[in-house]
Amino acid sequence: MSDIESPSTDVKFTCRDVKVHYGDFEALHGIDIDIPDRGVTAFIGPSGCGKSTFLRTFNRMNDTIEGCRVSGEVLMDGQDIYDKTLDPVLLRAQVGMVFQKPNPFPKSIYDNIAYGPRIHGLTSSKAELDALVEKSLRRAGLWDEVKDRLKLSGTGLSGGQQQRLVIARAIAVSPQVILMDEPASALDPIATAKLEALIDELKERYCIIIVTHSMAQAARVSDKTAFFYMGDLIEFDDTEKIFTNPSNSRTQDYITGRTG
Amino acid sequence: MESKSIHNSEFAHKRLKKRYGKERRFRMWGVAAICFALASLGWLLFSLVGTGFTAFQQNFMSIEVTLEQSIIDPQNTNDRETLRGANYRRIIQNTMYNQFPDVTERKAKQELFALVSASGATNQIRQMVYNDPSLIGKTIRVTVPTSDQVDQLLKGYIKRDVPESRRKISDQQIAWIDDLKSRKIIKKKFNTILFTNPDSRDPELAGIASAVIGSVMIVLIAFLLALPIGVGSALYLDEFAPKNKFTDLIEININNLAAVPSIVFGLLGLAVFINFIGFQRSIPLVGGMVLALRAFPTIVIATRASLRSVSPAMVDGALSLGASHTQAVFHQKLPLAGPGILTGSIIAMAQVLGETAPLLMIGMVAFVTEIPNSISDPATALPVQIFLWSDSAERAWSERTAAAIIILLVILVMMNGVAIWLRNRLEKRR
Amino acid sequence: MNQNLLYILAFMAILVAAGYVYNRKSVLAQARSGAVQNGRGSMAHWHSQANYHGYFTAWITGLVTFAIFIGGVFIGGSGLPFLLAWLGVIILSGLATILIVNRKITPQFRARNYVERFIKLSLILLSVIAVLTTFGIIMSLLFESLRFFDKVPVLDFLFGLQWSPQTALRADQAGQSGAFGAVPIFAGTFLIMLVAMVIAGPIGLMIAIYLSEYASKSVRKIVKPLIEILAGIPTVVYGFFALLTVGPTIRNFAEGFGFSVPTQSALAAGVVMGVMIIPLISSLSDDVINAVPQTIRDGSYALGATKSETMKQVVFAGALPGIIGAFLLAISRAIGETMIVVMAAGRAANLTGNPFEAVTTVTVQIVALLTGDQEFDSPKTLAAFALGLVLFVITLILNVIALTVVRKYRERYD
Repeated sequence: MSDIESPSTDVKFTCRDVKVHYGDFEALHGIDIDIPDRGVTAFIGPSGCGKSTFLRTFNRMNDTIEGCRVSGEVLMDGQDIYDKTLDPVLLRAQVGMVFQKPNPFPKSIYDNIAYGPRIHGLTSSKAELDALVEKSLRRAGLWDEVKDRLKLSGTGLSGGQQQRLVIARAIAVSPQVILMDEPASALDPIATAKLEALIDELKERYCIIIVTHSMAQAARVSDKTAFFYMGDLIEFDDTEKIFTNPSNSRTQDYITGRTG
Repeated sequence: MESKSIHNSEFAHKRLKKRYGKERRFRMWGVAAICFALASLGWLLFSLVGTGFTAFQQNFMSIEVTLEQSIIDPQNTNDRETLRGANYRRIIQNTMYNQFPDVTERKAKQELFALVSASGATNQIRQMVYNDPSLIGKTIRVTVPTSDQVDQLLKGYIKRDVPESRRKISDQQIAWIDDLKSRKIIKKKFNTILFTNPDSRDPELAGIASAVIGSVMIVLIAFLLALPIGVGSALYLDEFAPKNKFTDLIEININNLAAVPSIVFGLLGLAVFINFIGFQRSIPLVGGMVLALRAFPTIVIATRASLRSVSPAMVDGALSLGASHTQAVFHQKLPLAGPGILTGSIIAMAQVLGETAPLLMIGMVAFVTEIPNSISDPATALPVQIFLWSDSAERAWSERTAAAIIILLVILVMMNGVAIWLRNRLEKRR
Repeated sequence: MNQNLLYILAFMAILVAAGYVYNRKSVLAQARSGAVQNGRGSMAHWHSQANYHGYFTAWITGLVTFAIFIGGVFIGGSGLPFLLAWLGVIILSGLATILIVNRKITPQFRARNYVERFIKLSLILLSVIAVLTTFGIIMSLLFESLRFFDKVPVLDFLFGLQWSPQTALRADQAGQSGAFGAVPIFAGTFLIMLVAMVIAGPIGLMIAIYLSEYASKSVRKIVKPLIEILAGIPTVVYGFFALLTVGPTIRNFAEGFGFSVPTQSALAAGVVMGVMIIPLISSLSDDVINAVPQTIRDGSYALGATKSETMKQVVFAGALPGIIGAFLLAISRAIGETMIVVMAAGRAANLTGNPFEAVTTVTVQIVALLTGDQEFDSPKTLAAFALGLVLFVITLILNVIALTVVRKYRERYD
């Protein structure tokens, strides 16, 4: 841990022996990991290795899946997020999420962004809300493209714009963490490049965890990389180290294309 | 534990409580809506069964009737017409007077006679004598229905504690009825009349036999017509039709026909089948044709759904073996879709069985006192019979109406049960 | 006569069957001898299987004999000689057809193509019946309505405030054309529809939401079919329920507050109709709510929304077009519903907005005008067709809009 580029040494999430079951099937076999507070952490690994499942434990989205059980400890700022007294609704307000397929709500662009602040009561006046919408769209790099058509439907935007709209929507509720589940898999290369540039800006303010299929993307955007294989965390280290000199042979095989 | 997020503030937690309150209330509305619907269903069934179940039993009188030669056929002609037209009423009157020999006053005698179902008893005896003239002169024991008033009193629907002037049955009559009851002359029995008789002006004699036969004819005709039309249209639209304006027109047409009010089909039947082509009114043939038009869009929709549920691999398999498209469809697809089509058709026929309004339009509201023998005899249908009976306010009629409804619902439950059973079997096989 | 026709038809059926069997056999026999001659597999070089030669023969035989049969019906003779001659011609021509077709049996003959063309043609004819039905409805309604509008001006009908068709029967009276102002009827129809939708709209929608978003699988499995029973109950049963139970209950209830309400009222009919329509709205809305993709719900949950917030603000917004479609179909259903209103709403053409009064509807009036004594040319009976036309046009518009909206909506999420 001598890397000077690591922007913070604070730990956001502490995971100890996290196991996830779907019915009788164990998808994760006890994961231990510390996710840093600022910067981008990438989860890589072949399909079905459990990286997306693991991502969904951080905002308890697994709760919405029937028959899914999570055991072990997931601490956010030292607090157990699976504690019975903690409400997933408030947790999710602090941990935003961006999905594989852009999923704007069937509402206007403005209402897409204003939805979160409204349900959480974050603003007390129309002007304040307008300002928050603008700030969020600006931060997501979308403001200039949509400022003249805020009243039009969010579903009418292009795929890349939709994905940035979804990020703006998440930013608007003032989260501390943003989870991204293969956010660029449905985008073309240009939109992907824009998205990656955006992630680079956002990592100054948020803890970002990204699941990605593309090793190149992980190498480009992340500060730390975790390699998952068959429900196990194989290796977790600085991205540079993982891609140049991995300590585990299975990581080596994967990044060189021999497995996957 | 200190937290830096606005979402962990006092304000957020207070607000969350309110939000969960809303959540609970929203959920409660959902539960309330379901409860309302189920309670309505329960209320409906309860009120119908509560009104109708007593009609499955009826009070009968077992009386000794002397078939006097002097009344029936004084000249001993043995002529059929004489036997048919004889004064059997007189005989029943005598029988009734004999039950209470000390009644002499004319009005009292009338009241006494009113205890028995006059036309029910006379018809029964007329039929017996007509079938077997050797009975004349003998004394026979017959079981005849009581009048509906007696039946209602004994079932407790006419209250004894109501002042005499406000009920249709006098204190004297009640005394007689109780006496007959204690002598076991009046007895409650299973009501076969309801099932075997056609319609009648007298509630105690009215049955659903002609309506049921009419309904069976209508449903069969509708089925025989609607099934080929429905399956044929569906096969054409799904398997053979080119994608063009005409096909779109047919498709929109079928979807729309499924939602056209049923009474409009009745108007079509009246204008085209009866006024234009010249079919007779009130006959099951026309009823069946009209309801076939009503039902076939449902069959088209069901058939298309089950054709689509057949895996394309089945057809591809046949095509790869060199079968023509038509062969693949008829030999592979149609048999696999068969049970689904049948299920849809049964459900469509259950709808046909319940249809009333179109039948009113083509004159099937006629008062039919005979059981129809063919599809071109005037007839009525079970739901129309229910409608006709419901018009009479008397308790005896509503009891019978509700009973007819119970029978109709039981038949519908059985039809739907068969459909569901078929569907489950089909799903298991897949 | 009828029975004789049946006998002739039976002979025709036998001929058709004989044609199939005979020519199929003949193909098989030829194929066998051909196989002996050139040593190849017996049917291998035949274009069509023996079955198809058989079907082809049966089709042609059926067509020929049926044509002669129809000819006989048109000539319409009677008596045994005529019948025997008729039957004779049918049998002879049938046999001749079979033999002529038999001579066409060669390995090259494309019997299968012909048969498949026949099949396709008959399927087209069957699906044209749908178009013919709609055409028949429109023509018969239009034709009779035009005759009605000959006697009563269209505008008087559509905008007149007085409805009393009974006077039209008495030809000697001054107002012999009767009063055919249909506004009170339209108003009554609308009032009852409104009552029904006030009941069925929110309740049906809440049921759909609860069942699709909240209920566990087992609850759903029990409740959904129970609610659907409501849709399977014939309307005449609802009508009797309204007449027997709901009407008197409302009357007694109102009497408790000192109001006098007739047993037959817009409220009684409307409430019962509402109950009948609940399953229509709940199952259609259930479909459209389920069609909203899970990813959109996940997007809302991930922002920290509760279930009801997600439902009310996100899913509902997405499902709105489909829900509107469902409501339009329900309205169309309510307007066209007949038996409940005939039995429970009354026949008095009151122009009122008070649901506690008896009102009448389009369908009630159609039934009233067309049952009982009728001479077909009187304005009274023709008025029923004019009302039927109005009913058909309104429900047609509602249905087409609803079906288009729902279809567009489905395509959006496919």
